[in-house]
Amino acid sequence: MQKRFRLSGLALCEKEQRVRIKTFFLRLHISVPLRGFRGNKRGKVLQNNKVMAEYLEGRENQIVTKGVDSHELVGGKPSVAGSVSQRACVFCGSRVVLYPIADALHLVHGPIGCASYTWDIRGALSSGPELHRSSFSTDLREKNIVFGGQDKLYQALHELIDKHHPKAAFVYSTCIVGVIGDDVQSVCKRVQKEKNIPVIAVMAEGFQGSKKDGYKIACDALFSLIGTDESMEVSPLSINILGDFNLAGELWMLEEYYKKMGIQILAPITGDGRVKKVQNAHRAALNVVQCSGSMIHLAKLMKEKYGIPFIKVSYFGIEDMSDALYEVAKFFKDDSVMDKARELVKDQLTTLIPALEPYKRALQGKKAAIYVGGAFKAISLVKALRLIGMKTVIAGTQTGNTEDYRLLKTICDDGCIMVDDSNPVELSEFVKQTGADLFIGGVKERPIAYKLGIGFCDHNHERKLALAGYDGMLNFAKEVYETVTSPVWQFVSRTKNKE
Amino acid sequence: MLLRHTTAKEIDRKALTINPAKTCQPVGAMYAALGLHGCLPHSHGSQGCCSYHRSALTRHFKEPVMASTSSFSEGSSVFGGSANLVSAIETIFSVYDPEVIAVHTTCLSETIGDDLTQIVSKANEDGKVPAGKKVIYCNTPSYVGTHVTGYANQVSSFVKFFSTATPKKRNVVNLVAGWMEPSDMREIKRIAKEMEARTIMFPDMSDVLDTPLTGHYDMYPKGGTTQADMIATGDSKFSIGIGPYTTEDACIKLENKCKVKFETVEIPIGLKATDKFIMSLSRHANVPVPDSLTEERGRLIDMIADNNKNFYDKRVALYGDPDTLIPLVEFLLTLDMKPVYIVTGTPGKHFDEAMTAMLKEKVPEAKFMSGERADMFRLHQWIKQEGVDMLIGNSYGKYIARDENIPFVRLGFPVMDRPGNNFFPYVGYTGATNLLIKILDAFLDHKDRTCPEEKVELVM
Repeated sequence: MQKRFRLSGLALCEKEQRVRIKTFFLRLHISVPLRGFRGNKRGKVLQNNKVMAEYLEGRENQIVTKGVDSHELVGGKPSVAGSVSQRACVFCGSRVVLYPIADALHLVHGPIGCASYTWDIRGALSSGPELHRSSFSTDLREKNIVFGGQDKLYQALHELIDKHHPKAAFVYSTCIVGVIGDDVQSVCKRVQKEKNIPVIAVMAEGFQGSKKDGYKIACDALFSLIGTDESMEVSPLSINILGDFNLAGELWMLEEYYKKMGIQILAPITGDGRVKKVQNAHRAALNVVQCSGSMIHLAKLMKEKYGIPFIKVSYFGIEDMSDALYEVAKFFKDDSVMDKARELVKDQLTTLIPALEPYKRALQGKKAAIYVGGAFKAISLVKALRLIGMKTVIAGTQTGNTEDYRLLKTICDDGCIMVDDSNPVELSEFVKQTGADLFIGGVKERPIAYKLGIGFCDHNHERKLALAGYDGMLNFAKEVYETVTSPVWQFVSRTKNKE
Repeated sequence: MLLRHTTAKEIDRKALTINPAKTCQPVGAMYAALGLHGCLPHSHGSQGCCSYHRSALTRHFKEPVMASTSSFSEGSSVFGGSANLVSAIETIFSVYDPEVIAVHTTCLSETIGDDLTQIVSKANEDGKVPAGKKVIYCNTPSYVGTHVTGYANQVSSFVKFFSTATPKKRNVVNLVAGWMEPSDMREIKRIAKEMEARTIMFPDMSDVLDTPLTGHYDMYPKGGTTQADMIATGDSKFSIGIGPYTTEDACIKLENKCKVKFETVEIPIGLKATDKFIMSLSRHANVPVPDSLTEERGRLIDMIADNNKNFYDKRVALYGDPDTLIPLVEFLLTLDMKPVYIVTGTPGKHFDEAMTAMLKEKVPEAKFMSGERADMFRLHQWIKQEGVDMLIGNSYGKYIARDENIPFVRLGFPVMDRPGNNFFPYVGYTGATNLLIKILDAFLDHKDRTCPEEKVELVM
């Protein structure tokens, strides 16, 4: 019996593409009897590329090996039903973006789960209030589902605002709220009038799409706050930092760099965020956008309405960090700013480069696998890994788009497997094939990497050391070194994986 | 002060839950499903639910947690998720090849009214389920009950779909495991083996969520109750439900379906609860209690006696799940400690009754609460009104422990900031000594660190 592929994901493909895919499959010897695969999952090893074919169903556009495949890596596709996807939902996207605004109230309108799973999970540090680290929920129960949850929401908002006197309130609408049809927006409007603070409905019903759609909704929420206050003092050399969430205090590090250049960070959005700063954000001269996936939408909106230009940067790795400083200096067309930037970079590199050297020697030639949220981060990581002598053999993201992937491809080496919206089975298979020594990912990938007997570095919510900036680069090298060369791996036989 | 917003004065809250002592049903269902061998839990709802539950379990167990999702879109939430589930079933069997898919619902799929019975039977009719494979399901609406309810519903579904009575009864006792750590399940199996009782445990997460590092990743680890064993539970002569909140419903279903009589006991945390469990097993499996267990018990009592002065009159605040809290409160009373504040987000009469019975005379000042708004904010307010000497519960207690400078013992789900709960059991006599050591360490370390210099003592 021939293995028949249900090419559901391909139903809309052009004829030409079908042909290309067909050749792709032929190359992978897919005409192997189905039974052959079935008995195979407990470690009996077939030829690698045959095993791979098993996992490719409907996802052939989402996996590309650079230098081998000619087709383009397609991003932004919805996940196949039934996949063990590492992706999250719209609510999750909105919640992680807005959550670091520490003096605002974040009320989750829905059953308890959505609030409890997002309770203080992201190490977004605040230099002042800590209101964002508590979990507030309307805890919808069956009767609310039947009779509606609007009254409960109204009451909860009143109880909370009376108690905590926040500067603004974000109300997150979850899946169920979208289905039972609570008019969250009108409740928010009413409370806003009664309590005289901005009360913003974040319409983030989970089923609307992926995490990325949630970012967009969060941006809209932020945009509605921007321009509602003008009381802060603003320097002509002022910027907003978009898309840094102050994980492990990274924003504070950037703040110091920009301060040395004589530049004011008017509004950090949203790391160590404050409502008032966001409200004043429209008065900055420039928006500096990191993590393009989450914040580019806001930058575009601000450009349109307030004429604020934006640049895309990354603070990760020496090159990208330095570019981020130079680009800002260039924008202000002020020689003294540029001089200070050069001075700063020089100072930092004088100590950093020699400090990286021993790590680079130890890690030379080691192989890394990357599976992170967005493609911009992946690009920075490839470069940073190269700086410490490592080669990227797998580069994947949850939410990259086709355009991002084109850029990623230009930076990766030949033979690098690029993947969109992957799953644990694929990822562990790729690790085996490539013999990676390190995995960079998030919470769900960590134990898989360890089980495979390789090092792991969290480049997501759970990073414990700052990884941005120059100090961050050294931290990163240390962390990678520590995990890749850990003595524990000598007790694990990885030979099985390379078969 | 991380929780500087907490005030001692309780305000009347009608609509708001702050810092919950619970989470929603599906995560419980997902955890229980992992206790069936070769089972892939499937979340019928939006992608986020599945991702959150996997993350929550991964953070706690530090193990890979696999589960698939129906990946609802706006379309599915309007037109129903039936097509998603059918195509999911097909994808799962062809790509991930589990023995069983255990589907649970979410608030979304419940509310739009997806009928799992109909969808799954259609998938079966259409030949989407390969021979020898099985799709089971349970309903876990997030707005009813809590994670504890979800666990219970999944365990009941095992009975519904597998347990079968044949004319031949076997001299076997079913051990229906409530929400415990894999290490606890392993310990209960060890006790049963020590007693030479023939048992089937379900669900069984040992060797699933505490697997060794081998350099190889197995999507379906070797542990978990096998389908054959699960089917055979219908022929057992008795069931012991360990933890009434999570197992009673399954026991009742098994009695109705296969005439297997049952009794529920509390999770054997502490001396008395372990006594009761062992006596129950001894009686129903018709085996004597071996000397080895009596000796373990003796060692535990010895340890309690040695340290009695450190336990006496200590005020303790606890939060978590009722099946854990009830035996734990009982154990603290055995130790002469004073459980003064107890909250659980899981509603249910049994908790209130058990607490009243245990505390009414011994700790008349105790406050306890269950269900809506029995949250950690309230617990903290109580602590602010009159302090405690110790806090016991999951990782979320760390903010309170730090702000109030009280010794803190991590126990329950989730514990995300300390390892160990899946290594050292807390059940049984040996488990009780582990727990004692943890409690004493927390007390004495705190004392060593905070007492005046002249009071630092070498011998304690």
